[in-house]
Amino acid sequence: MSSTTAPSSIGTGQTARFDPSIAHLTHVPRRHYGRWIASALILAAFALVVKSFAEGQIDWAVVGQFFTAQSIISGLGNTIIMTICAMALGITLGVLFAILVMSPNPVLKGIAVFYIWFFRGTPLLLQLLLWFNLALVFPRIGIPGLFEARVVDVMTPFVATLLGLGINQGAYTAEVVRSGILSVDAGQTEAAKAIGMTRLTTLRRIVLPQAMRVIIPPVGNEVISMVKLTSIASVIGFAEVLRNAQTIYYANARVIELLIVSAGWYLIIVTVLSIGQHFLERYFARGSGRRSRPAAPSAVES
Amino acid sequence: MMPIVVAADVRKTFGSVQALNGVSMEIPAGQVLCIVGPSGSGKSTLLRCINQLERIDSGAIWVDGELVGYRRVGDKLYELTDSEIARQRLTSGMVFQRFNLFQHMTALENIIEGPVTVQKRRRNEVTDEAMVLLERVGLSAKRDAYPSELSGGQQQRVAIARALAMKPKLMLFDEPTSALDPELVGEVLAVMKDLARSGMTMIVVTHELGFAREVANEVVFMDRGAIVERGSPQEVLVHPQQQRTRDFIAAVLA
Repeated sequence: MSSTTAPSSIGTGQTARFDPSIAHLTHVPRRHYGRWIASALILAAFALVVKSFAEGQIDWAVVGQFFTAQSIISGLGNTIIMTICAMALGITLGVLFAILVMSPNPVLKGIAVFYIWFFRGTPLLLQLLLWFNLALVFPRIGIPGLFEARVVDVMTPFVATLLGLGINQGAYTAEVVRSGILSVDAGQTEAAKAIGMTRLTTLRRIVLPQAMRVIIPPVGNEVISMVKLTSIASVIGFAEVLRNAQTIYYANARVIELLIVSAGWYLIIVTVLSIGQHFLERYFARGSGRRSRPAAPSAVES
Repeated sequence: MMPIVVAADVRKTFGSVQALNGVSMEIPAGQVLCIVGPSGSGKSTLLRCINQLERIDSGAIWVDGELVGYRRVGDKLYELTDSEIARQRLTSGMVFQRFNLFQHMTALENIIEGPVTVQKRRRNEVTDEAMVLLERVGLSAKRDAYPSELSGGQQQRVAIARALAMKPKLMLFDEPTSALDPELVGEVLAVMKDLARSGMTMIVVTHELGFAREVANEVVFMDRGAIVERGSPQEVLVHPQQQRTRDFIAAVLA
């Protein structure tokens, strides 16, 4: 729109006359009284909550005392180890089943579809209990002649939790990986084929590295989610941080104090991971920025 | 001279669409052949069948004396395995309309990827060759640039270098300038002309009739999945015999 037509289109009559002398006047921004009132009310409510917690039946000295108790710290270690192991298993299975689900072989595809359907379709808690009680179905496992063991001995709380969390996670990660692979332009695969790559090499060298940009952010979220999911394993007696807090409060009846201790530790781990995720996402956002303008004629011609 | 590509009664349908309707042709080695025709005429499909990005429904294609995609045992043709097809594709290099450079690799990495990963050649030796190729397409300074940092014309020139790095006997170009801004077409055509002069066998699907007239030894006009007219650029583009060819050329030049 040209500047000569603008005034006449706005002002018919009274603003058609200009007064250039007001150009030096100070501009005063609009006042947002509503925001000030809302903020004051919320702060007041927050202060009341803090006050009631401070005066409530919470012995903060006990919280401080148990925050670094040996049992809590070892539980914390188990929580972190389980998060890492279960995520590793989940990502491995996720990539594997994402590839299977896109396989042209109907049997492999069927198996992958069943896996995702079953493990996304049943509650995680139920799956944990199934793994933990597997000995009721199969008392012994092994390869005849090579080794044999009682399932009760093999299926420790650690193993049952690892299988439960990892296999369940794999079903979700498979979907994330699949959408990541689908996000890579089909032309990339064609170009890879054209230089003589087989299907597997194409996947490994061309498709997966580009799919990572889409895969990494949601997987980061799932790591954070996994940290908290490990607490579910307390029901089958895996000695993670919540379970150990419970053991302590069964003995000393300081229920809320020990729950606060565990909550504090979960928050600390998740905060650290969130910071890590922020940097990871920024790194991969830079990558996707590269991809979002594939044919940009921005660069200077040489 | 032995033809480098032979097609015999090639047919291909996509759903209910007859993309190729019995195409037969021979292309001698060392020749530059341009395929022109309206969109949907099957010219890109023919190119994609030659390097097996599409499977043909019936007929046969030979590239460099080898039956493409199948092994003949008795009177049956058995489909080849994934890795056998991959090996056959090494005979030809392909340049795409949308460049299809690997987005997560620099220009240099794009070029050395095939020789290093597929042909298992030594990286430093391949890198030296890649630098020569980049020099040839005029992009030595862009060796470390990612595709998104390059213009369309630059990306297409890197894509040509990437295909050449595999040392193909035959280069296939699928509308290499159609996705380019008009002012970038010339630089890509210049690289292709240089390649033609060096004696490379080229099959070029293109709308650039000027390029076809100047560089092609032969021009094929296709329409509705079939070859309508074939001959020297002069014959097909200047004095076409068929009405459909005349209509197409009139429409393109209009």
